Amino acid sequence: MIVESHVVTDTLHAAADSLAHGADTLAVHAGAEHEGNLFTELLHHTQDSPELHLPFLGAIELPHLQLFGIDVSITKHVVFMLLSAVVLVVALTYAARQNAKRKVPTGFGNLIEIFIVFIRDEIVLPNMGKGGLKYLSYLLTTFFFILAMNLFGLIPYGASATGNVSVTAALAIIAFVMIQVSAIREQGVGHYFAHLTGGVHWGLWIIMIPIEVLGLFTKPFALCIRLFANMTGGHIVIVALIGLIFVFKTLWVAPVSVGFVLAINFLELFVSFLQAYIFTMLTSLFMGLGMVSEHADEKHAH
Amino acid sequence: MLDINPGLMIWTTVTFVLLLLVLGKVAWKPLVQALQDREKSIGDALDKAEQARKESERLLAENKSAMAAANDETSRILKEGRDLAEQMKHEIVVKAHTQAKAEMERAKEEIQREKESALSEMRGEIASMAIAAAEKLLDEALDTPKQKKMIDKVLQQFPKN
Repeated sequence: MIVESHVVTDTLHAAADSLAHGADTLAVHAGAEHEGNLFTELLHHTQDSPELHLPFLGAIELPHLQLFGIDVSITKHVVFMLLSAVVLVVALTYAARQNAKRKVPTGFGNLIEIFIVFIRDEIVLPNMGKGGLKYLSYLLTTFFFILAMNLFGLIPYGASATGNVSVTAALAIIAFVMIQVSAIREQGVGHYFAHLTGGVHWGLWIIMIPIEVLGLFTKPFALCIRLFANMTGGHIVIVALIGLIFVFKTLWVAPVSVGFVLAINFLELFVSFLQAYIFTMLTSLFMGLGMVSEHADEKHAH
Repeated sequence: MLDINPGLMIWTTVTFVLLLLVLGKVAWKPLVQALQDREKSIGDALDKAEQARKESERLLAENKSAMAAANDETSRILKEGRDLAEQMKHEIVVKAHTQAKAEMERAKEEIQREKESALSEMRGEIASMAIAAAEKLLDEALDTPKQKKMIDKVLQQFPKN
């Protein structure tokens, strides 16, 4: 995963380095000397911004907020994150109502239920066992929240908040907290800290403990970077393909570019589901590892 | 691009926690509950169907054995009846035979008796006729006991039949 992130950051740096000349102006002209500006401008769309672009209305300046000295301005990604949350609440409430009404679920309620059954039977139960059902709510929310944010990036004028490393970092921090909380709850504090020694001879603790502690942080870090890189990667590819039209300065490239962009869009649709699944599955797996290691310890030590 | 924006992290965390609370209440609880209820009812229905199948199989076996028993009973009764009829037929035939024999015996006896009485009657008749004839011939009546003795003597000489 760290390799993945390196690839993406390297690509981005390369793109930024080669295209950054004269990036102080955002005016878009198809002139040769403005190629760099264009790419920066296109890349800019994949990044967070304090303004929201709407069809027909143009750019809208979003409110700047300050809380305890921290800039909590509402940005484009905040807007789409909140929109995802609202859409989720509305859609899932509707699904729940629909399913409660009928004995056999149909339509949208059935679709939602397929995801729920999959997460419960294919993710939570195999990784965490029956005890994991306590955390089903958390994992379902994670899956659907990430999925909704991912999908918003595919809508014209939309943006995926998950393509922002701050958002994925926050999600990973929540996952980190959940992993530790579930481990402590299932094993007890004593076992939890005992587990950090890796069950080796005390002479090796000086090596083992830092490694185990580091391991606690690398897992959510990988979650954070993986989701961010995957969601950004697709957008960068689309930007690059669209950019080809301007680089070659001919309309004849457009069909090729658009065709590829379409293909990448379908890929991104798939990746949206895949990454939501992977994030949920790995969180569940890490939680499960912490939860069952008690029994493993019992087998080894006691 | 890899810059961390603390404000956005706060927004994400707050949104997520709120979403977790709200969805947990309005979506996950009823959805998962409905799912579990349905799974339970399907499981129950399947169990019931299995039970019903077993029950019907048991009933079928019961019916079959009852049928077989009834068949056995029928054939036993038929056989019994046939045996009885056979026996009765035999009895009737035997009885008829003995009866016929007895009848014949009686008839024979009757015939014998009739014959004897006819013979003795005939003897009396012949004796009287002989006497009358002798009387006529002798023109004199012999004293009766003497006559009789004589005639009997003659008659004795006749063959018995």
